[in-house]
Amino acid sequence: MSKNLEILAASVLKQVCKVMDPELPFLTIEEMGMLRDVVIEDDHCVVIITPTYSGCPATDVISEDCLAAARAIDPRAEVRIAMSPAWTTDWITYETRVKMAAHGIAPPVGQSHDRAFLTGDDRLIPCPTCKSAETKLVSAFGSTACKASFTCLNCLEPFEHFKCI
Amino acid sequence: MTNSQLTDILLRLGDDSLVLSQRLGEWCGHAPILEEDIALTNIALDLLGQTQSYLTLAGSLLENPQTDDELAFHRDASEFQNLLLLEQPNGDFGDTIARQFLFDVYSLLKVQHLEAQSVNTDIAAVAAKAVKEIRYHVDHSSKWVIRLGDGTPRSHDRIQKSINALWKFTDEMFISDESDNAGTKAGLLPDSSSMKTEWLSRIKSTLNEAGLTIPENVNMKSGGRKGQHSEHLSIMLEEMQVLPRLHPGANW
Repeated sequence: MSKNLEILAASVLKQVCKVMDPELPFLTIEEMGMLRDVVIEDDHCVVIITPTYSGCPATDVISEDCLAAARAIDPRAEVRIAMSPAWTTDWITYETRVKMAAHGIAPPVGQSHDRAFLTGDDRLIPCPTCKSAETKLVSAFGSTACKASFTCLNCLEPFEHFKCI
Repeated sequence: MTNSQLTDILLRLGDDSLVLSQRLGEWCGHAPILEEDIALTNIALDLLGQTQSYLTLAGSLLENPQTDDELAFHRDASEFQNLLLLEQPNGDFGDTIARQFLFDVYSLLKVQHLEAQSVNTDIAAVAAKAVKEIRYHVDHSSKWVIRLGDGTPRSHDRIQKSINALWKFTDEMFISDESDNAGTKAGLLPDSSSMKTEWLSRIKSTLNEAGLTIPENVNMKSGGRKGQHSEHLSIMLEEMQVLPRLHPGANW
């Protein structure tokens, strides 16, 4: 790859790193682990993103936002959706988890390969408001595909938990 | 495995999840409790996402390639290859849960095999994503079967009635035609008889826990894989397809 193309890819990457997740508007797609790479193909940039869930309706919006961001730098840029390797909550960094908790969403706990963590059984999800460990799973499904609904038994606040997947 | 056999396999995966997704979507705003309204429609959304992937792959294999939308909205009932079980009307909440439970356990076994095989890496990638979602679906429907079966005498009787009524559609999951056999021979699909054994043992274990039983002497029904459907499918498709058929290619 020529030096110029390398610089182009780096500046496209810098630009798409700023794209926000429309369903978690305080997090970027890079922080969510959805931005996989920016590569050069036939002298133009290809931004590779991975959806969190197969049916996540935000994927279309994210693709469009990425395309707009990338084309501001490289007018021939493209966006490609990669299914493999499948997105996992393991790609969400510690810093991002702290941000989630600060916004009232209990972050994923543990590693997705640990089956015990998968379904919310016998799992300690502390309340993001009062930090109590006395919480109850209300439903494994929530306002978006990636979240489960919980209630805190101590402060009685309902809250959402980002599911391990 | 020929191209058209692979297309059949993909259409069956796509049509199963599409038809069930549409049925679950009918619950939107009607579920008995808010959490279930959200759960059923979330499951519908997962299934719709999986449909898009399978139908996109199926459409790309056709002699005249078609998009996922064209396959979903511009085929008639006789061209759909979904299981009869999945087009059955929602009935009451117990009927919906029973249908979901019988399918989820089957679907997990099938998709786990698709994830592990190395014959077709595109399908393996879609399956790797789907398997994580389906695990949540199995957990959801199994727990409801136990909750209803082991609940009050009334809830027990009603979910038992639902299982009894839907049981006749379960054999179809394990009937293999030429396309399925070619898929199994190539290593893409699991062997249907060993899958049936595993499915039955998982179903039995949950039904046992729920205090429910498997009905006996049931006359099995099939034909969905060959495009022979009940009238329920065409009525459902009419609603699902009306807009794209009235305004082909419309966008918003």
